[in-house]
Amino acid sequence: MPEALLEVKELQTSFPTKDGPVPAVNRISFRVGKGETLAIVGESGSGKSVTALSIIGLVDRPGKVTGGEIRMDNRNLLELSGRQMRRIRGSEIAMIFQEPMTSLNPVFTVGSQIAESLRAHQRLTRAEARSQTVDLLRLVGIPDPDKAAHRFPHQLSGGMRQRVMIASALSCQPKLLIADEPTTALDVTVQAQILDLIRQLARRMGMSVILITHDLGVVAEMADRVIVMYAGEIVEEAGAEELFDRPLHPYTIGLMNALPRLHVHQEELYSIQGTVPHLLRLPPGCAFQSRCPAATARCRADKPELAQAADGHKVRCFHPAGKGEIV
Amino acid sequence: MNAAAPDAKPLLELKHVKKWFAYRSGILFKKTGYIRAVDGLSFTVNKGETLGIVGESGSGKSTAGQLILQLQEPTEGEIWFEQRKLTGMSPKQLRAVRSELQLIFQDPYTSLNPRMTVKDIIAEPLSVHRAAEGRQLHRRVAELLHEVGLGEHHLNRYPHEFSGGQRQRIGIARALALRPKLIVCDEAVSALDVSIQAQILNLLKKLQKEYGLTFIFIAHGMGSVKFMSDRIAVMYLGKIVELARRDELFARPKHPYTQALLSAIPVSHPREKKERIVLQGELPSPANPPGGCGFHTRCPIAKDICRREAPVFRQYSDSHGASCHFPLQ
Repeated sequence: MPEALLEVKELQTSFPTKDGPVPAVNRISFRVGKGETLAIVGESGSGKSVTALSIIGLVDRPGKVTGGEIRMDNRNLLELSGRQMRRIRGSEIAMIFQEPMTSLNPVFTVGSQIAESLRAHQRLTRAEARSQTVDLLRLVGIPDPDKAAHRFPHQLSGGMRQRVMIASALSCQPKLLIADEPTTALDVTVQAQILDLIRQLARRMGMSVILITHDLGVVAEMADRVIVMYAGEIVEEAGAEELFDRPLHPYTIGLMNALPRLHVHQEELYSIQGTVPHLLRLPPGCAFQSRCPAATARCRADKPELAQAADGHKVRCFHPAGKGEIV
Repeated sequence: MNAAAPDAKPLLELKHVKKWFAYRSGILFKKTGYIRAVDGLSFTVNKGETLGIVGESGSGKSTAGQLILQLQEPTEGEIWFEQRKLTGMSPKQLRAVRSELQLIFQDPYTSLNPRMTVKDIIAEPLSVHRAAEGRQLHRRVAELLHEVGLGEHHLNRYPHEFSGGQRQRIGIARALALRPKLIVCDEAVSALDVSIQAQILNLLKKLQKEYGLTFIFIAHGMGSVKFMSDRIAVMYLGKIVELARRDELFARPKHPYTQALLSAIPVSHPREKKERIVLQGELPSPANPPGGCGFHTRCPIAKDICRREAPVFRQYSDSHGASCHFPLQ
């Protein structure tokens, strides 16, 4: 495993509600190696986005990181002041979101928004910032970057806006890029272009990437290592090839089986029954038990720990690889 | 364009249907041009089959669905449903046909009225069309809920109390209420999580068998379209560029756009290597489509003739047609 860039230990992030605090992220630990692409997979409500927001220090109030450590370069990011964290955002850690239209300011040109982030982190004259902006737009494959810099976000297509977001995120050469469902809102052909772009840029700049997605196809395309989250916890962690070769958690297995296959004829899709349980009404024992085809009495009584199953492969399950029958 | 026996009359037929939207600009707000959202659609759909429509945003696939449902009036062309011409019908005649055509929306969060209970949502179409009342209405609503995998205890709840997948089930129950013949599913599972998508797709297939439904399944996710469809139409800039039986389309695409679309689908295993045709640029604006073949600006094999002449839609077999000057072998 490459040297670690980021190390998350026992991270816990909670949201207070009138029924009590909801632990959206419940004591998770993982690391991201230098130059490595780590995918975090899960369904809505699994805690994958909150994990990302916790790392970059942007958890929406009233949510709060309530425990754990996030270490990068011998610092615990959770102990930094707002000002110090602001300096790290953009220069060391950058993030891109699913819907670029809502993360760009509609009343400024895209060029001025990128130039602004450049000047916020580096001492640059306006002219220098402008020329670097154009270079960045060219780097992310925007045709006619001189002109594009003067466009407003609404004048660009979804794919182009996502390229602008990537240009802006890369403006200060971050060591870590967090991409939260970066291609979910895009068409298939544009998705392929954007994934290609992220992969190339990461390689060229030696950047680590945390890729958050619900799409196992995107994981197969991009990831070196994968974390599968369910109900705020990590249920499985493995190298990408290992995970696709030998998924161990019944939830991971279910997700893989639920995908419509392109080369096989299917009369019926495998489906995981039920829905994600409410985090405040989790049953004792394993959080996945009510949907699990392999659940036993033990799963209802005890809570499994995340344990090593093979080299670099961890799973939180008493009956790893316990499959159900295809319905 | 049909694989079925020639004497079988199609349930639905579109003949050269166009929908152009005028757009206005300038201080006088004059009509300055047209967006050719749908630009000459012709196809038939047989009873009990599923026609998938795929394409990128802006390809006109959703407009096509709305035209079929008579939610938009075509600029040109005819739409026939069960030997009746829908285009040009009076509003009163249309209302009678409407109960046979239904829509399942993409977003189960915005398509259900938040102030109505599940019971009212499902009962509404039945009351509007005076299909049931009183105790019979109540029984029918309960039946429908049961059909889509929900229970009677859900009757008096509000949409916000349900998850995305359950809301989509409510939307399906409502669409089924009037026992329609044709249902247009417009990105019906795109907003749902993977595990829930599979549940809804299975449900749709089950209902299709039970009720002998005909589906138009519009989506951009190739996996779900493949699972659902008998035949698939690929749209680009308001036109169908290829239409074929499902397996045929996946195995031997004729149009370079179809080929690119298929090659862009993410791999299913990290070790799988894929020959990827990355299309340059993006979909041109339907307000100002390129001359000749609409795809020539992004086509990897375009030649001079493609810039000059629009290709005609050619039938290569009775189950496979495409419009390309240089169809792939």
